[in-house]
Amino acid sequence: MDKTIGSPARAVAGIGDGASVMIGGFGGAGSPIELIHALIDRYLATGHPTGLTVINNNAGNGHVGLAALIEAGMVRKLICSFPRSADPVVFTELYLAGKIELELVAQGTLAERIRAGGAGIPAFYTPTAYGTELAKGKQIAEFDGRPYVQERWLKADFALVKAHRGDTLGNLTYHAAARNFGPLMCMAAATTIVQVSELVAPGAIDPEAVITPGIFVQGVVEVPEPAQEEVLNRSQARYPEMTSCA
Amino acid sequence: MRLKLSSTQIAWRAAQDIADGAYVNLGIGIPELVARFQPPGRQAIFHTENGILNFGEAPAAGAEDWDLINAGKKAVTLRPGAAFFHHADSFAMVRGGHLDVAILGAYQVAENGDLANWSTGPKGVPAVGGAMDLVHGAKRVAVITEHVTREGAPKLVERCTLPLTGVECVTRVYTSLAVIDIEGGHFMLREKLAGLSFDDLQAQTGARLHLAGPVADLTVPEL
Repeated sequence: MDKTIGSPARAVAGIGDGASVMIGGFGGAGSPIELIHALIDRYLATGHPTGLTVINNNAGNGHVGLAALIEAGMVRKLICSFPRSADPVVFTELYLAGKIELELVAQGTLAERIRAGGAGIPAFYTPTAYGTELAKGKQIAEFDGRPYVQERWLKADFALVKAHRGDTLGNLTYHAAARNFGPLMCMAAATTIVQVSELVAPGAIDPEAVITPGIFVQGVVEVPEPAQEEVLNRSQARYPEMTSCA
Repeated sequence: MRLKLSSTQIAWRAAQDIADGAYVNLGIGIPELVARFQPPGRQAIFHTENGILNFGEAPAAGAEDWDLINAGKKAVTLRPGAAFFHHADSFAMVRGGHLDVAILGAYQVAENGDLANWSTGPKGVPAVGGAMDLVHGAKRVAVITEHVTREGAPKLVERCTLPLTGVECVTRVYTSLAVIDIEGGHFMLREKLAGLSFDDLQAQTGARLHLAGPVADLTVPEL
């Protein structure tokens, strides 16, 4: 068995119109920039995919990565906890113009909904957001005298995740705080595609060090020295041009 | 005469209540200043909800690893004994009662412990992040805030009028004028600036201040 895919373009070729796509990352840390840009390339060449529902903690920053995906007009709805950033202009303008839908979810609830989706747990109760407007319309139940809010699992057709090392079976390690949503999203999508900085043979990753076991991963593509959103934004890069106007 | 503590001084005061070895989450902004003022001999372990325990100060400019950031998306460094974890584990630490202290900012705090700190109303793009999670689960949820708004309106109130972050969650408030505990649905005054009378403080507070024993002077060094 070999889950290796030769290029980011081939890795994202199966994502169709209207798909739900989990995209890893917290801000720029863990953002799979090359997979996102490959998806934009396909849209610019073919007009597809469009009408995507994207699940990410944020709403992109500047004009690269997730922000560029939104700017290209490919995203119908965003499910996230914090759609603000240093330069959130792309999402903000579309949102205030009513051109993109937002489902705001508390950050820990977003994580747990994704985990639940991957773990086969359709709903759970959390103290988070009880008594707030984010709990409106949700079922409330008391456990041991305290009120809790029912939240539902979150699953997706695809997950695009950035990891550090991966083997051809999809076993993964991450780098520093870029791990964030990666292990959860890998579990919760029907098809999980991971870009890794270094692709290795089975056995090269110590089983004790594996963070995401390969069973949660369907495709691995090697992207050595991946771009970092923060660095791109500091050089005022834009995608698709990727030119610096600084 | 306007007599009050600076944000840095409020952070200093809050830092005095953090025990050695405590697991602490500091909210983005002013609460982050608390980390600078740990009393000598004490070392808290700081949690950032994007997935690090025991992070340290910012690296030198140019030495950043942009995968090593805090919840405010600023570059940080690691202390010996740091750990990385994914978001579900991170918020298990939060909701599961494993943190000793969370210190947050506030727009309004109500006398029953309700907190409003995530939204000033329906305008613009709503964004909540981890605020609604952080108010649940820490053994102590403390707030650092100016006592009144820029316009002079009380931030300590009977009932919050802004959208709530959490209900009955705040246990202590450090303001620019006083230290106040929330107990049994009441603001209990513990410390106030020496130059400020009780009546002056009450006049700037939107709910009744209760007394249980003597009120200490709120004494903070020049910083």
